[in-house]
Amino acid sequence: MEAFTTLTGIAAPLPKANVDTDQIIPARFLKSISRTGFGKHLFANFRYKEDGSENPDFVLNQEPYRKAEILIAFENFGCGSSREHAPWALLDFGIRCVIAPDFADIFHNNSFKNGVLPVKLPREVCEQLMEDARLGGNARLTVDLERQVVVRPSGEEIPFQIDPLRRHLLLNGLDDIGQTLQHAPAIDSYEARQKAAQPWLGGA
Amino acid sequence: MSGQKPRTLFDKIWDAHVVDTLPDGTALLYIDLHLTHEVTTPQAFDGLRQAGRKLRRPDLTLGVIDHNIATDASRYTGIVDPESRLQVETLEKNAAEFGMPLIPLLDDRQGIVHVIGPELGRSLPGMTIVCGDSHTSTHGAMGALAFGIGTSEVEHVLATQTLLQKPAKNMKVEVNGNLAVGCTAKDIVLAIIGRIGTAGGTGHVIEYAGDAIRALDMAGRMTVCNMSIEGGARAGMVAPDETTFEYIRRTPNGPKGEALERALAWWRTLPTDPGAHFDKVVTLNAHEIVPQVTWGTSPEDVLPITGVVPNPEEAADEARRAQLRRMVEYMGLTPGQRLQDLKIDVAFIGSCTNSRIEDIRAAAAIARGRKVADGVRALVVPGSGLVKKQAEAEGLDRILTEAGFEWREAGCSMCLGMNPDKLTPGQRCASTSNRNFEGRQGPGGRTHLLSPAMAAAAAIAGHLADVRDFQPKGSV
Ligand code: SF4
Repeated sequence: MEAFTTLTGIAAPLPKANVDTDQIIPARFLKSISRTGFGKHLFANFRYKEDGSENPDFVLNQEPYRKAEILIAFENFGCGSSREHAPWALLDFGIRCVIAPDFADIFHNNSFKNGVLPVKLPREVCEQLMEDARLGGNARLTVDLERQVVVRPSGEEIPFQIDPLRRHLLLNGLDDIGQTLQHAPAIDSYEARQKAAQPWLGGA
Repeated sequence: MSGQKPRTLFDKIWDAHVVDTLPDGTALLYIDLHLTHEVTTPQAFDGLRQAGRKLRRPDLTLGVIDHNIATDASRYTGIVDPESRLQVETLEKNAAEFGMPLIPLLDDRQGIVHVIGPELGRSLPGMTIVCGDSHTSTHGAMGALAFGIGTSEVEHVLATQTLLQKPAKNMKVEVNGNLAVGCTAKDIVLAIIGRIGTAGGTGHVIEYAGDAIRALDMAGRMTVCNMSIEGGARAGMVAPDETTFEYIRRTPNGPKGEALERALAWWRTLPTDPGAHFDKVVTLNAHEIVPQVTWGTSPEDVLPITGVVPNPEEAADEARRAQLRRMVEYMGLTPGQRLQDLKIDVAFIGSCTNSRIEDIRAAAAIARGRKVADGVRALVVPGSGLVKKQAEAEGLDRILTEAGFEWREAGCSMCLGMNPDKLTPGQRCASTSNRNFEGRQGPGGRTHLLSPAMAAAAAIAGHLADVRDFQPKGSV
């Protein structure tokens, strides 16, 4: 996983609540067996018309947002299916940070594990940041994970909260499995106890 | 246990599975059963392979193919779609390489992952169960802690049989009283989501309680727990009781004999202690629930079948107004229109929400002696090969096909648009599945969520209909 420290880039406003993972990446595009290549299908039902041509009204089809690295949306972002293809599609498109008032649990987890930073900020702040984002290419936002602030184009800094363990893993691009395997002795002894206490596990 | 703080069902299962606790309170949680399917695992096995890691507990892992396969006879001659075939073959290859048990596609036990776990007796009370699919909450009906995970977490469980988890908050949804005639578990859960909203359970595990939940059979409890995620909760659960134990006794792979006795002794200690703390409590009266149907593109946009399409302009704030306008437009509706006047093109009875034998019986009871309306395509897709066999033994397939329903092979089918069963743009579908998002059943498709009996009634009427107007007819 790529580490996330500081990101300065173009932010795309998506003033919508309940952006679900079926919108982020529709199910018909889930058939790949690799982690990459989903970017072209990101928000496919909004980005493309029925005939496959681009819908010019959708923000990610407009300049400069075609190069957006940050997405700003409203409540309950990422609700719905557990598909990790959602952060993969965001990442493959180039988006490494989503800012919203809150996130659905599974998406929130999945994002961290793929180096996409979900930043929770109150709705009024998201609205302000969307205003900034609407200014286009000259109004870049900075997301500084080290200092836990979002820097507006005006220079104003907005602090955000984040789980310390998640922050640590993301800052260092660390993989959870390696971390967990340090607990192998504890897992072994748990399994030994379980085998004695619950012999029915594992099916008849 | 005297002197100990009263605990919820969730607390007890959680505590019993903590392997280790990290300094910040994150738990390393042991996973008793990991279910896998073709869509969310290829990248996880790839990760294992790259890191040279092994599958830690093949005996606690079980694979099945369900999401992207056809549900017509074509599965017997090979999968047509090349990408779907590649995903299925990849799962088969990975199962062989890592020693993971896999139910073959053409096996009677094949079916939707959330139908087969309980049915085979693999999903049991007190367990932690995960699967790369958000409707894993279904297994919570067994009195287990079951939740959906992403592919990175799938890889984590394959390698370590554990997950790093922060404890969730406890939420209780209590449904009291008797359900009215024509109402089912599906109407209960739709009513709950209508009440709490799609984010009402975020950060929580829901325990469903109250005598209306207790009165449900296991299939009904699974329907309710299944849609916990639509209410924002990662997991939903029902305390195990005699109904649960009786169900387990009839499963092929559940514990037997002495193992069962030991298991029962533990399972009986699991229900929430009196006085245990819930962070949030919601109460509903079952007798106030009327058959439910969703009208919009979010599961919380649900109404009694007697209702009318809402007027977006009456919503409280502009954001909500805009959202509702979009829904009305996408769904092809007019404010004030009666829901019962909405003509349908397709009726879909299936999905991990409603494809068990009880669901098929409910649909057949309405279909018996009647005919599907002209111009309506009606599909019944059993949740597993075993459900299909049972239904055929009871003659339900004949009742349904004589009425004009298609009788299919087991799979996810039209629940999500990733296999050949799809809506075409603009088609309106009465569906027993769990998500009505834009494009969920195919691009441009319009989904109305409802119970199996309501879906069968809609298929026959040709429009959304009130199941209470359909008295079951005797055998013809
Ligand atoms: S039936 Fe639908 S919701 Fe259930 S597992 Fe299959 S795709 Fe997911």
